Amino acid sequence: MISQLFILSSKGDHLIYKDFRGEAGNDVINVFYEKVTALPGDQPPVVMVTHRDLHFVHVRQGGLYWVATTTSAGSSPFTIIDFLNRLAALVTDYCGSLSEKSVQMNFALIYELLDEVVDYGYIQTTSSDVLKNFIQTEAVSSRPFSLFDLSNVGLFGAETQQSKVAPSSAATRPIQSSRDQKAELLRWTLRELFSPSVLELTVSCSSVTEMRIGLNEEFSIGRSTLRGYGAAVHVDECRFHQAVKLDEFDDHRILKLCPSQGEQTVMQYQLSDNLPSPPPFRLFPTIERDNRGRLLIYMKLRCDLPPKSAAINVSVSVPVPKGCVSLSQELSSPEQRCELKPQSRSLVWTVPRCSGGTQLSAVFKLDVPGLSSASMLEVGPVGLTFELPKLTSTGLQIRFLRLTPVQPGPSQRWVRYVTHSDSYIIRV
Amino acid sequence: MPYLGSEETVKELRRALSNPNVQSDQLRYRNIVLKVIRAMSQGVDVSSLFSEMVKACATVDIVQKKLVYVFLCSYATVNPELSLLVINTLRKDCQDPNPMVRSLALRNMTNLRLPSLVEYVEQPLMTGLRDRAACVRRVAVLGWAKLYNLQTRSEIDASVVNELYNLLRDPDPVVMVNCLRALEEILKEEGGVAINKPITHHLLNRLKECDIWGQCEVLRILQRHRPQSEDELFDILSLLDVSLVSPHPPVMAATLSLFLGLSSGLPAVSKAAIERVRGPLLAICGSASREMRFAAICHIQLLLCSIPGLMGAHYKRFFCGYAEPSYIKQRKMKVLVELVNDENVAMVLDELKGYCTDVNTDTAQAAITAIGRIGRSYSDKCLEILTGLLGLKQEHIISAVMQTMCDLVWVCPQCSETVCVAVEGCEEMLLDSQGRQALLWLLGMYGEFVSSAPYTLETFIDGVRSEASLGVKMELLTATMRIFLCRPAETQDMLGRLLHYCIEEETNMCVHDQALLYYRLLHCGIEETRKVLQGRRSDPSLGVLIGRPAEPISQWASSFNTLGPLKQNNVEMESTSRKTPELVTFEPKSNTDLRDTLTCEPEENFHSGSDRTTEKTDSCTPVLPSSPGLPLTLSLSPALSPEEFEHMWLEQQPPQSEQGDGMSKEEDYLCLEECLRCPNIFDCSPKSLQAAMQLVNIQMLAFTPPNTLPWRVYLYTHTQQSNSVADTPHSSSVRDVQHTLILGELQYSGKGNKKHAIKGSISDGEVVTKDWDDEREEEEEKVVAYGLRTDRTQDEVKVTLKQHPKDEQVLKGFISILRTLLHTLSSEGV
Repeated sequence: MISQLFILSSKGDHLIYKDFRGEAGNDVINVFYEKVTALPGDQPPVVMVTHRDLHFVHVRQGGLYWVATTTSAGSSPFTIIDFLNRLAALVTDYCGSLSEKSVQMNFALIYELLDEVVDYGYIQTTSSDVLKNFIQTEAVSSRPFSLFDLSNVGLFGAETQQSKVAPSSAATRPIQSSRDQKAELLRWTLRELFSPSVLELTVSCSSVTEMRIGLNEEFSIGRSTLRGYGAAVHVDECRFHQAVKLDEFDDHRILKLCPSQGEQTVMQYQLSDNLPSPPPFRLFPTIERDNRGRLLIYMKLRCDLPPKSAAINVSVSVPVPKGCVSLSQELSSPEQRCELKPQSRSLVWTVPRCSGGTQLSAVFKLDVPGLSSASMLEVGPVGLTFELPKLTSTGLQIRFLRLTPVQPGPSQRWVRYVTHSDSYIIRV
Repeated sequence: MPYLGSEETVKELRRALSNPNVQSDQLRYRNIVLKVIRAMSQGVDVSSLFSEMVKACATVDIVQKKLVYVFLCSYATVNPELSLLVINTLRKDCQDPNPMVRSLALRNMTNLRLPSLVEYVEQPLMTGLRDRAACVRRVAVLGWAKLYNLQTRSEIDASVVNELYNLLRDPDPVVMVNCLRALEEILKEEGGVAINKPITHHLLNRLKECDIWGQCEVLRILQRHRPQSEDELFDILSLLDVSLVSPHPPVMAATLSLFLGLSSGLPAVSKAAIERVRGPLLAICGSASREMRFAAICHIQLLLCSIPGLMGAHYKRFFCGYAEPSYIKQRKMKVLVELVNDENVAMVLDELKGYCTDVNTDTAQAAITAIGRIGRSYSDKCLEILTGLLGLKQEHIISAVMQTMCDLVWVCPQCSETVCVAVEGCEEMLLDSQGRQALLWLLGMYGEFVSSAPYTLETFIDGVRSEASLGVKMELLTATMRIFLCRPAETQDMLGRLLHYCIEEETNMCVHDQALLYYRLLHCGIEETRKVLQGRRSDPSLGVLIGRPAEPISQWASSFNTLGPLKQNNVEMESTSRKTPELVTFEPKSNTDLRDTLTCEPEENFHSGSDRTTEKTDSCTPVLPSSPGLPLTLSLSPALSPEEFEHMWLEQQPPQSEQGDGMSKEEDYLCLEECLRCPNIFDCSPKSLQAAMQLVNIQMLAFTPPNTLPWRVYLYTHTQQSNSVADTPHSSSVRDVQHTLILGELQYSGKGNKKHAIKGSISDGEVVTKDWDDEREEEEEKVVAYGLRTDRTQDEVKVTLKQHPKDEQVLKGFISILRTLLHTLSSEGV
């Protein structure tokens, strides 16, 4: 049971406030904001106000606080957190993107959504199929004018290669109400993380009744089952969205589903221990003190991906000793960057692109006043974040994607594979 | 929020709203309304526009209607009279052919929250219940709940309740769930909606039609259902098995909660259910939403209380991610501590060591504490890491290491050597007050082994004037006194200075009084002082707690899937406060923890009868009493519930006339009161007492927290006495064997000064007003207050036993067992 619901910007501005049950005044917003910003760092999702027996449950999405208050301590945290996440996803689906600006511009739409989604503190429905019949307000797109949009227009209006490629902003198109149907659009993302991976699907079309997704024939779940002769695609645990019908899965590895509009996770799977391919990055660090009392860190970063693929947006974060004042670096190419971040006590080395089989090296010299041998211990585990486009670490592929009934109009569909590093840590 | 020119804005909006040109242009009109709502959500007071907005309500544009309703619902309570104007429009809308308009009107009519409008709302709500569109029925059903809460204490029409019960069979699942919600609210005083067998089955059958929110609601309400037969129970459980492994966390959690509630009498079933949710729970731990992950980890902590082995193989899942927020990291470490075993200890410690240098000091300190906890079982490896951390020379790390070492030596005295060496080097480091306290405590306790101890203390004493923390000063006094006892030559001078300062100049009463106490104590002679000050250095009995007994599931089942487990510091996997009484005295915060843990324990013991004893049913420990007699076997089966115990205890209340060491015989039970001498039994923690009792198969059912008087423990056991010596306990069904049930109460009601209390917090503000004439008594009280031990000889525990059926021989045997047990425990304590 939700008593109030509000959305705050990270600076504490009130964006949306709705009181469902009239149990507490709207001054609680400020109480919440004070509590949540009282300490540095993020606060756990449940914050209490003891004197009024009011509980705040909040999630952070898109840089905003999504807060629900409840007066009963017996409320299920899973339900409220899941609901807030779902609400954020709905707002993203309707407004196109999630940011302070898009929420501000679409506040009327969000009030309308909230009105349909929650009544008297009870969650009514969050299905976008049901909601689209009720929601009347049009979304206001907050996307600014961008030069990139012009790149699709060829010289003298000629059609370019690029205009046939779906724009990357396609994914952020808001849900259309059923009245005006535009080009059918399907976006697939096979997003792999190093631990649990998800197969995500964004559907922006409205008239698909059934969709068939073919996965690799060799796809196997668990230890015992082995299929095919080739290199098996193996995962340890796998779960599907409730709308997925699995009657053809056992024989042909085909998932059938009737998607509703919006983004949804079709499949979630995880590997527990042995990765099928070697880890994408190896790091060879050497830490030394030079005779002038500076700390020298040599780093060799080797990318073990297949030669044709590459990692992008690689960022290496190395914890440095406390009190480190300055940094000088030697990097192997000009597009690389390195920065010292005193508040997180780390240096961040960013590499925009790193192709498979290559090796990067860097030297960092740190000035640490009062450097002792113990300070070397503080150069702790190195964290890496990166993105591997067109690659899945399990080797899972989508064989085909079919829609029934066959769409008469122009229908764009594409599948994008990407692997994200969720938490990739290398011990030094 | 201050908003520049808000007066101006409101005026301008009013002008625009009443402009007939605007009113005729739908789009412009809507935009103006939109502006009003925007101003409203930015915090501008636009309530003065109420009448204009009421007019704007009468429109065919649904978007505008919705916007106006948002406005009206926020300001209706401010303008009750004007709100009457809206009612007409709303009632007209309730007859609109468009179901969307009807539901919108109905919903907002009930959202106005004006008691004066109730009479106008009832009739449309009634028709709404029978509307042919489901979306109108949904709104109408909840509307009744709103209406009921609006009219305080008014009787709701019985026909409405009936109607709502009928609507439970509505084809639309949301209407059904809303009916449940509405009935829950309306019938709150009668305990909510009546859940009988047909309703249960109806709800269960329709569970699949509901979306996840509906399912959660139904599962929550079904918790009140009590199946009549075991068959029915298992039918329900097998029906719910699918939802137990649902990919949706809310459904999974609600189902498990229901499982635990229904199968509270069948621990095996609950356990199987928990095993089954392991997969889904671990999956949530890897979900994209970190808040969800946090909720799952907190609940795993709860599950581990009862099934410690649940996640053993998956310990790697609880390694912290690089970018995870600190609240998740800290919880994960608490879970990791529980999962340590011989195989993974090296891995886990290696991982935890990495977190000790975390940027967030709280996380770093939590990691150090976690290492200390593991150190209770694997002390060598952990001490190595802890001493290594001292080399980092960072204030927060050293402070945490000191506190951890304090806790560690209290439990594992074998660590003291390493700790003494470690303490040697870190006195010159700056520490926070907690760290200084811990350092001082260690110096005081192990001063004779730390060569530099007096010199460290001297620096502290020199700086005592600038010392701000009360706890540090108190600890400094005690530590100096203790070192004085073992190294008088080096300490005498500085002790004099310290006492002089504290008695003459210190303004804080607590410090002043304690210094005075020590001063007078020294007058009584060195032996007396030694008796008072040299308490135990460690409490090995806490070692029993390392292999923490699994808590019964029922203890936490009710808090599963509530906000409780997510609260901060709620589920303490262990209470660090159970260290030295001296330290407890100075840490008000941890002391409240202590009290919390202790007061909740009787409850644990209430239930433990059903769970724990089942494992022990066939392993009765034969105990030979020390007195010559027949072999006597104690066993815990059949288990006795607290209610039964209470009933039997009160039934067999002895008549008032019989007191003292007399035995009263009536019909077929025997009542006996005896006094046993066991001076230190009150110092035992309830847990070690319980552990000891369980070794000989005596079950403690309830006990008072240790710092209350009279101190009481209730216990029971079953005795079996076989006449033939060769009989094994398993042949207990042979007729030779005689069974009796013994109920017992241990009571100690010493008055005031006899109690070795673990005194609660002494807050700074507490002004101790004393009668200075009565010095001796005051000193005595102080001894008590500061938790120091004195020797007492006349402490006696009154034991009251009730036996059924009577058998004097057996009862005497039991008393001798109890005596041995209590003596062993109390002598251990000295």
